[in-house]
Amino acid sequence: MIQVSQLSKKYNETTVLNISNLEIPKGQSFGLVGNNGAGKTTFFSLLLDLIQPTTGYIKNNDIQVNSNENWKSFTGSFLDESFLIGYLTPEEYFYFIGDLHHQNKADIDVLLAKYEEFFNGEILKNKKYLRDLSKGNQKKVGIIATLIGNPEVIILDEPFANLDPTTVSRLKKIIKELAEDPNITVLVSSHDLQHTVEVCDRIVALNKGEIVKDIQTSKETLQELESFFAV
Amino acid sequence: MIKKFIYLEWKAFTRSASFGKNLAMKILIGFIMLYFSLIFIAMGVGAFYILKEMKLEPLVTVNKFLIYYFIADLVMRLLLQSIPVLNIKPLLVLPFKRPTIVHFSLGKTALSFFNWIHGLFFIPFSVVLFIEGYDIAGITFWLLAIFSLIYINNFLNIILTNIDRLFVVFVGIAIVLGAAQYYDLFDITAFLTPIFHGFYTIKGLFLIPFLVLIGLYIFSFRYLKDNLFIDAGLSQKVDIATTENLSWLNQFGTLGTFLKNDIKLIKRNKRSKTTIVMSFLFLFYGLIFFGNTHQPVAMQIFAGIFVSGGFLFVFGQFVPSWDSSYYQLMMTQNIPYRGYITSKWWLIVIGTFVSTILASFYLFYGLEVYLTIVVGAIYNIGVNSHLVLLGGAFTKTPIDLNSGGGAFGDKKAFNVNAMLLSLPKIFLPVLLYGIGLYFDNKNLGLALVAIAGILGFVFKEKVFSLIEKIYKREKYSTINAYKQKS
Repeated sequence: MIQVSQLSKKYNETTVLNISNLEIPKGQSFGLVGNNGAGKTTFFSLLLDLIQPTTGYIKNNDIQVNSNENWKSFTGSFLDESFLIGYLTPEEYFYFIGDLHHQNKADIDVLLAKYEEFFNGEILKNKKYLRDLSKGNQKKVGIIATLIGNPEVIILDEPFANLDPTTVSRLKKIIKELAEDPNITVLVSSHDLQHTVEVCDRIVALNKGEIVKDIQTSKETLQELESFFAV
Repeated sequence: MIKKFIYLEWKAFTRSASFGKNLAMKILIGFIMLYFSLIFIAMGVGAFYILKEMKLEPLVTVNKFLIYYFIADLVMRLLLQSIPVLNIKPLLVLPFKRPTIVHFSLGKTALSFFNWIHGLFFIPFSVVLFIEGYDIAGITFWLLAIFSLIYINNFLNIILTNIDRLFVVFVGIAIVLGAAQYYDLFDITAFLTPIFHGFYTIKGLFLIPFLVLIGLYIFSFRYLKDNLFIDAGLSQKVDIATTENLSWLNQFGTLGTFLKNDIKLIKRNKRSKTTIVMSFLFLFYGLIFFGNTHQPVAMQIFAGIFVSGGFLFVFGQFVPSWDSSYYQLMMTQNIPYRGYITSKWWLIVIGTFVSTILASFYLFYGLEVYLTIVVGAIYNIGVNSHLVLLGGAFTKTPIDLNSGGGAFGDKKAFNVNAMLLSLPKIFLPVLLYGIGLYFDNKNLGLALVAIAGILGFVFKEKVFSLIEKIYKREKYSTINAYKQKS
């Protein structure tokens, strides 16, 4: 589904990302782990054509992302709060994203009803604009909004950060469900090795912009990763 | 301690998104500011001789109008002057004494443009008075009193800044007083002129405004200090949200989706709401020109452009910066650029249209005046709407919509720089109109401007393709610039 070829990103002379080859097949749930500055967000930003690669390219479903915009119709993403429109209520935000994907109000309502438990009664019908919600609640809105319009690729940057323990376990359940769908490719980045191992089939560890580990998740994965990062 | 603050301020200034990258723009603004400064100084020097020429006693005449001057100043401040406060929150937990933080914030406002600009008029005026033989001590005391009053306005603005729409009250007071004076019902200047003149004649009277100023400083100091908590002055007001569907816009498809969003954008953010007020004020701009024989006739089209184009100039100028806080979302969603730009264009067109209707009170000056405004509107829709959208691709100044609320929030909208940059947009119509006047035919001038507007409209699709291309080209640097919160 996603092909990365000779991709690098340099700021001045500093290379922040350098991936010569990476292929993510359709339906995989892909976890990206690494320390701060390892290049996780840079990779996602490149994948979403928010920054320009220095060399190489990324193809999303055979569409090269920086030359053709058609990937936008089947890719849902949430990197940070700058993906939220602060002056809208959560409902209006969902309907707005829905409109852009040609989903009517009823479609969205069905989707939202499905995730009522995840919202924990703190999101819908609360008479608050998104800008006035707490960080965690904003994140909940952003994550669910990526599911609008039946996306085939879902990109979540640090989805577990800022969430309370209950919500984290509910989110893990949601991501696992998505991962089971053979048509949906999920990409998740995190600092938290345990969460990532739990929800992903495959884990790639980045360090200073380079891929240092690429493993299919198994019982030993967590231990392997922990010993790698324990320096 | 203060040194540290100045260090922070300097960094904030030199590292802001709009600085550095746009050096050419800074230089242009520098020149324009210099130009206006020179005009003010010239006015200060010239006022004495002009008033003398008109057989008026200069000092008394100036004193007579001071009350309106100060009300106008206060209104301008309430609308435009933001309270420049460095990011206070991170400082609260550092070893700074709270009074130091507040003193510095207040001290910074004292250096604002809105204060020293008055000096450019009053100081040359005073110097001329002295040269012309007025008592030097009296003049000095008078000047001190005037500056005390200017700074009283400065601190009033800080205290009153949290009260929305207060400037409307002051505008109302000014209009009522002005009308009462005009119709000889009540002359406020009869009461106040002796007082203002007293600053010159009675030694020591200046101490009254001076003491009031000190009192106000202490009051604003206490007010800010008491509110220096994250749940008081530094907090954000939480609005009670209402979900609006605006489903009647659904029939317009994608365009409707964006229009819905833009309507909410304008309604729910302080900054964007201010633009509506400003565009309303633009409606009255023509009063300076129409029926005024002192102004060159060519400037009538200038007024026509501004009367109908208020919304275009104050809102359109900042497309796409209005969406800066969630620009990354817009760039990853299934959004056709064309639809996005078209919806902004429609918004500008609707704004221009409404302004033109509201401006129908100019019919009072005759059909020709209103026709000038309508022609201005045609030009605005046909040409200027494209120009602002095009300019927007290069603006790249993030707008923090979410700011506002607490006593320290930088909520003042309206960027003076951008206003000045809109001046080129009116040169062409003035030129075209001037050609008509050269042939001694006003209607020809109007027709030329209207034709330019219609031509712009005809080539709309072409221009849109160009704008779209430029927006796409600028995409990455725009995203990068918007990431920096001002």
